[in-house]
Amino acid sequence: MQVNETAKEQFRPVIVAFCCNWCSYAGADLAGSSRLNYPADVKIIRVPCSCRVNPLFILRAFERGADGVILCGCHPGDCHYSTGNYYTRRRMTLLFSMLDYMGIERERTRVEWVSAAEGAKFAATMNDFISTVAKLGENRKLRDLRCKK
Amino acid sequence: MLKCSISEINNLFSAISGLRTLYLPVEKAGQALYGAWTPQARLCLDKLNTVKSPKDLFFPQSEDLVRFQREGKKISIEMPDAIDEKFVLFGVRACDAKGLQILDTVFLSDPVDTYYAARRENGIVICAACSEPEETCFCNVFGIDATEPAGDIVTWTVGDTLYWEAKTEKGAEFTEKVKGVLEEASAEEEASVAAQNESVKEIIKQLPFADLNLEGFDGDHLLEKFNSPKWAELSKACLGCGTCTFVCPTCQCYDIRDYDTGHGIQRFRCWDSCMYSDFTKMAGGNPRKTQLERFRQRFMHKLVYFPSNNDGEYSCVGCGRCVAKCPISMNIVKVARALGEESK
Amino acid sequence: MQEIIEKINELFENGTVNRVLAWKTGEFDYERTPAVFTKEDGLDGFSYDSFCAANLAKYLILETKKEGKIAILAKPCDTYNLNLLIKEHRIDREKVFILGVPCRCKIDVEKIRAKGIKGIKSIKEEGDTLIIDTIYGEKTCPRQEAIQDKCLACQGRTHVVFDEKIEGGEPANVEKIDRMAEVEKLEAMTPQERFDFWRSELSKCIRCNACRNVCPACTCTTCVFDNPASGVSSKANTDTFEENMFHIIRAFHVAGRCTDCGECSRVCPQHIPLHLLNRKFIKEINELYGTYQSGEDAQSKGPLTNFTQEDAEPSIVYTKGRV
Repeated sequence: MQVNETAKEQFRPVIVAFCCNWCSYAGADLAGSSRLNYPADVKIIRVPCSCRVNPLFILRAFERGADGVILCGCHPGDCHYSTGNYYTRRRMTLLFSMLDYMGIERERTRVEWVSAAEGAKFAATMNDFISTVAKLGENRKLRDLRCKK
Repeated sequence: MLKCSISEINNLFSAISGLRTLYLPVEKAGQALYGAWTPQARLCLDKLNTVKSPKDLFFPQSEDLVRFQREGKKISIEMPDAIDEKFVLFGVRACDAKGLQILDTVFLSDPVDTYYAARRENGIVICAACSEPEETCFCNVFGIDATEPAGDIVTWTVGDTLYWEAKTEKGAEFTEKVKGVLEEASAEEEASVAAQNESVKEIIKQLPFADLNLEGFDGDHLLEKFNSPKWAELSKACLGCGTCTFVCPTCQCYDIRDYDTGHGIQRFRCWDSCMYSDFTKMAGGNPRKTQLERFRQRFMHKLVYFPSNNDGEYSCVGCGRCVAKCPISMNIVKVARALGEESK
Repeated sequence: MQEIIEKINELFENGTVNRVLAWKTGEFDYERTPAVFTKEDGLDGFSYDSFCAANLAKYLILETKKEGKIAILAKPCDTYNLNLLIKEHRIDREKVFILGVPCRCKIDVEKIRAKGIKGIKSIKEEGDTLIIDTIYGEKTCPRQEAIQDKCLACQGRTHVVFDEKIEGGEPANVEKIDRMAEVEKLEAMTPQERFDFWRSELSKCIRCNACRNVCPACTCTTCVFDNPASGVSSKANTDTFEENMFHIIRAFHVAGRCTDCGECSRVCPQHIPLHLLNRKFIKEINELYGTYQSGEDAQSKGPLTNFTQEDAEPSIVYTKGRV
């Protein structure tokens, strides 16, 4: 029992964060330069706009071992390309509801709007997302077992 | 001949599965498919055709061939686990049993496909004679007797009784091991099996495709068939899906691919379909540019190329799966009739 | 059917079209294959009846690239797909003559077979009953029980685009179902139950791609799953992940564009209820962004190529009353 408890405590989820170049990536930068803490389990992938993220990207991240995938973009209305994140919003809403429909834990996916000035929000969001995913444990339902080490 | 009551058939299955893994047609989400027997499994023994043919058990839709790992400049090669599961395949129809023989000529001739050979060695095929053929059946066209399948053991179901007869040494040896749950059948009962077989043969003679004439489908008429103008019309509606090839008991084409797992390479092979556009795609281009060529390939292979290379043996067994499953109702019988008519 | 043949011959004679896309009889009484009949070869084998379930719209993509104008026989549900193809500039409207034909709901032979009726020789319709002549004697089946699933969910639509329409016959006496009921049933399950349901269904997938190839909304020249450079091309489901991925992406790619024609489920050799994936998207779109029927017109923006500033946030997915 105790061994299991320890194992659970030690579980460190792999998080993939897609961040848009103009707001969220700069937000992550600010979090860093402001010395705000968030675990190194977050792997950031920079994309030109949140709307560049194709549903396949999210699935591929899960395939290759991500336990949670978060997509960060500019606040609606602030998109560098004017409207990109509005499309993201609809697309991801549908994708997440499909994952939920197929019985895959819905807490493993998230969209957050983080501006370049919101370093603190970036760190807080990541901390919160990691603890949520850590509670769910390892992603077993949507991954390619061949990629498991 | 031995026998077992259908009501007690689970005793027989439990005896078999005590010795080897037993695969037989079971229901999976509404479809009849080969699966491992469990006491709770919903059996589909009266289904004529499973959706996928039993070739899957010997030549799986995908299987690992080898794994590569790299550490620094060293590459290590890892072979997959040995294929050593001993199993019994129950309920194989005459057409599918013949399908296995056709796969044997492909995979067991030199160079032997060791993966296939190992499964063939490990498996015992128990056939089920047909009692109620479907309108899509045309095994008789290929000289197959639906009442005398070619397996290690053959079973017939008459009324509430299953009759059992070993046909090969492997089958006889296995029969000895399960004899405890089988009884000797009387001469009268054997006669009832023979009587049923006769009446089934009568039904088969009346099936709509029973008179399919394959005269002229051989190597001598290769170019005539290949150049037929009918292919354009026949292939027009083809969707280019792989349904016919994947449900076929004799289609044997496969692709070998590498999958990058992030910590190594897994090389696997998987069924491929000549109906797919990338089947013949090479660095230099694609010789089969349209669906016409791909469609023609499948039927030319089954009805012309294969027999001309294998003493007149067609690589179709008349199971009727493609006939029943084609989304646009185009099939080998229509092709054979259209091309046959032309040569008359 | 006579009226349709007369109309086609008239179109041939007055030079409106030089060929027609319709259905042809096959080896069996119930078999219908999509076919193009030309003016020269005539209408030999032409048929239009309760077995013509296939949606012909997609064939027009290639056919309208050819010389001359083609006529297409379109059931009410097919016209939605025609509109979508016109909207997406996949077909040249000028080169098509759309002849609307009436529909009394199509019959699914697999449903008759599933009742244990074997060796079907012929199927006759007598009112609401099917008289099935088989090798093993005559059988009957209520017509209602043999109706294609896609027709049960069709909400009695009318032709939305046509050049001419043939009004026809008596209306079908078919009891329809609420097309979202099955989706709601799944939504009411626990995540684990839903996961198990889809696992048992999708693990049957043989990756024949029939669902994709038949789909009149799937019109890419090269599919991402056929492109070896995409990193996701695969000819077999070598892992459960691939089964899920293929079907999520297939459904997602037609989200907001799917007209719910039901062809994907009709052609699936394993009878996987693929329409339930498409309908989930339709349901979400209707609830979140307002009711939208793809193919109803050839102009409107699809829900995924459109937005409002007030759209719901993706987090709405967490707040829905399902745990």
